[in-house]
Amino acid sequence: MEKREERAVEEGAAAAAGGEAEAAAEAEAEVNPWEVSGKIDYDKLIDKFGCQRLDQSLIDRVQRLTSRAPHVFLRRGVFFAHRDFNEILDAYERGDKFYLYTGRGPSSEALHLGHLIPFMFTKYLQDAFKVPLVIQLTDDEKCMWKNISVEESQRLARENAKDIIACGFDVTRTFIFSDFDYVGGAFYKNMVKVAKCVTYNKVVGIFGFTGEDHIGKVSFPPVQAVPSFPSSFPHLFNGKDHLRCLIPCAIDQDPYFRMTRDVAPRLGYHKPALIESSFFPALQGDTGKMSASDPNSAIYVTDSAKDIKDKINRYAFTGGQDTKEKQRLYGANLEVDIPVKYLSFFLEDDDELEHIKTEYGSGRMLTFDVKKRLTEILVEIVERHRRARAAVTDEMVDAFMAVRPLPSMFG
Amino acid sequence: MGYTKDQLLARLQELRIEFSKYEHPVVLTVEAQAKHVGNVGASLSKNLFLKDKKQRFYIVSALADTKVDLKVLSQRLGLGKGGLRMAPEEALGEILQVPLGCVTPFALVNESARHVSLLLDQGFKSQQGCLFHPLSNDTSISLNTLSLDKFLKSIGRDPSYVDLEANPKVGKDQPPDLAALVPSDSIVLPEFAEGAPPSEHSNENHAATDVKPKAVKAKAVKTPAVAEKVKDKSSTGVLPSISFTDAGQFVEEILDKTSAILLSEIRDDTVRQHGEQLGAVVSDTLRKRLSSELKNLAIMFKNTAYTEGFHAGTRHQPKRP
Repeated sequence: MEKREERAVEEGAAAAAGGEAEAAAEAEAEVNPWEVSGKIDYDKLIDKFGCQRLDQSLIDRVQRLTSRAPHVFLRRGVFFAHRDFNEILDAYERGDKFYLYTGRGPSSEALHLGHLIPFMFTKYLQDAFKVPLVIQLTDDEKCMWKNISVEESQRLARENAKDIIACGFDVTRTFIFSDFDYVGGAFYKNMVKVAKCVTYNKVVGIFGFTGEDHIGKVSFPPVQAVPSFPSSFPHLFNGKDHLRCLIPCAIDQDPYFRMTRDVAPRLGYHKPALIESSFFPALQGDTGKMSASDPNSAIYVTDSAKDIKDKINRYAFTGGQDTKEKQRLYGANLEVDIPVKYLSFFLEDDDELEHIKTEYGSGRMLTFDVKKRLTEILVEIVERHRRARAAVTDEMVDAFMAVRPLPSMFG
Repeated sequence: MGYTKDQLLARLQELRIEFSKYEHPVVLTVEAQAKHVGNVGASLSKNLFLKDKKQRFYIVSALADTKVDLKVLSQRLGLGKGGLRMAPEEALGEILQVPLGCVTPFALVNESARHVSLLLDQGFKSQQGCLFHPLSNDTSISLNTLSLDKFLKSIGRDPSYVDLEANPKVGKDQPPDLAALVPSDSIVLPEFAEGAPPSEHSNENHAATDVKPKAVKAKAVKTPAVAEKVKDKSSTGVLPSISFTDAGQFVEEILDKTSAILLSEIRDDTVRQHGEQLGAVVSDTLRKRLSSELKNLAIMFKNTAYTEGFHAGTRHQPKRP
């Protein structure tokens, strides 16, 4: 469970790099918190993991309960699986609210769009349901796994916090914390309680630790488990031990949260609910790995309009035909086309997306046009983000990270 | 949305900065400006908006008579020979948010200009007053350098006065004397600005020397190492974007965006298409296009206000018992 949501994106839905025994073309894809490979069959994954599909009836229910259109990621099946989300909605209908928990492992300064996706969705959940949110920055994890210094990991945590805040979270409902700052007190007490419930063999099974791994890694899992329990935040949820928790994350985190869900009832807490997303493809498509060391595999929030245009034009894997003539005859292969996939994430207008898919798939529209529209949309998103980020001061980060009550968090 | 002249003047008044205001017809050149305010006992300034090959921008503000040699300046900044040229017209709007013929040190009040470096003519210091445009070509204000410095400090800037006519040797043992004035961050303009030649107009008010109006290929230089660098540091220099601390400007920005869409949606063809229903149609369009953007702006406004309150609270002195 080294990385969080962005891990999925960094490994990418890559063709098997020969790592695992099962990695033949048609064979099982490998999906776990530290590796994502192969062509993913999401239905099989849901079966294998034992989570639920997020079907249309749940989406309709969300729309009814929140009195607003469901987020584009729900409509397009980006967030497509869950555990106990229906129970969260049942409780919500009865008047029992919940809180959100998400996080980031601050391993690099440069964030790309894939990193932003869980945060964009979490912001929507915060606004739609009017519930509080805790965001964990696992600087300790990165210090241990990436072998960077304590100071550097703390610095990265603060830098990443700025990008996260720029996604538009409401300071009166959001608590951001870094492990180095916050672990202790009630949080640590819960960590010890969790640790007592999980055997060494179990963590080895889930996380694949070996005798060579240092003990910091082995004792880390509880740190990421306990934010699911309201008593870890006495300044926020004092006396609300039965408050439920909903965790938006990428589906590769599922095995990790299974550990937490297993432990929760033994400690007298509700199991945290999960709402899970598929992976954000690398620019080069299924055969590419989105990686921080290859700036051309992803669109970064620091990219200029020109960078974005160039990256889409030069590196995006398309399903269009080689020539205009062929394109008009055969149309594009929408299954593998990255621009269309990206549009399905970021183009809000359902009708326009349908139109593009029909026209492009039949050959009446060219790859050039699809890329142009995508570039427009991505530039708008990135520039909006940049502007918001420029308005985030160090004082604002301090405010978000202050241990303080949030009196209107359910308002 | 950039500052307006009135907002700037109000700000100067708030800061108790002394200046004299002169209104006149719109002028685009120093010569034209001289016709109206040449005899008020203050010195005219010429203001150049420049950029270097690495997308870094500069305002050089000098007495109208000072000779400014871009080749020499370029070397003194450490940009080599010919490293400086006039910034393209689009940059004026995008970065300084002023119209043509209106380059002025006061443009630095805009958040968009926070990475623009300012070089001021040493000669200003000995003048009783110097004339600048306060973000609009139909007005000139005169103030002395003490007042100008006060303003610049209020926006987090350190005034840098330079002997613009000096021509010191730059070589292996003589480092460029103005190197410290090169901005640490480049500014990348939206795509349409790339490749556009600097307009002939922008030369008029600048008394520029060797400007070749050939297409400027702006390369956003990016290496993998650079990709890691976070470009938009929330710097300690400039205050957060004024829209988020000033309710008035916040509302103006919202109204500007709304007006822009409203006006663009009311056209001959849409009037014909929708007739009486046009109002309802445009109203829907406005909601659809603006709702999420305005909500984001509002959240930033709220977060900014909360932060200021929080910050004040941490320094608050408890009431005496």
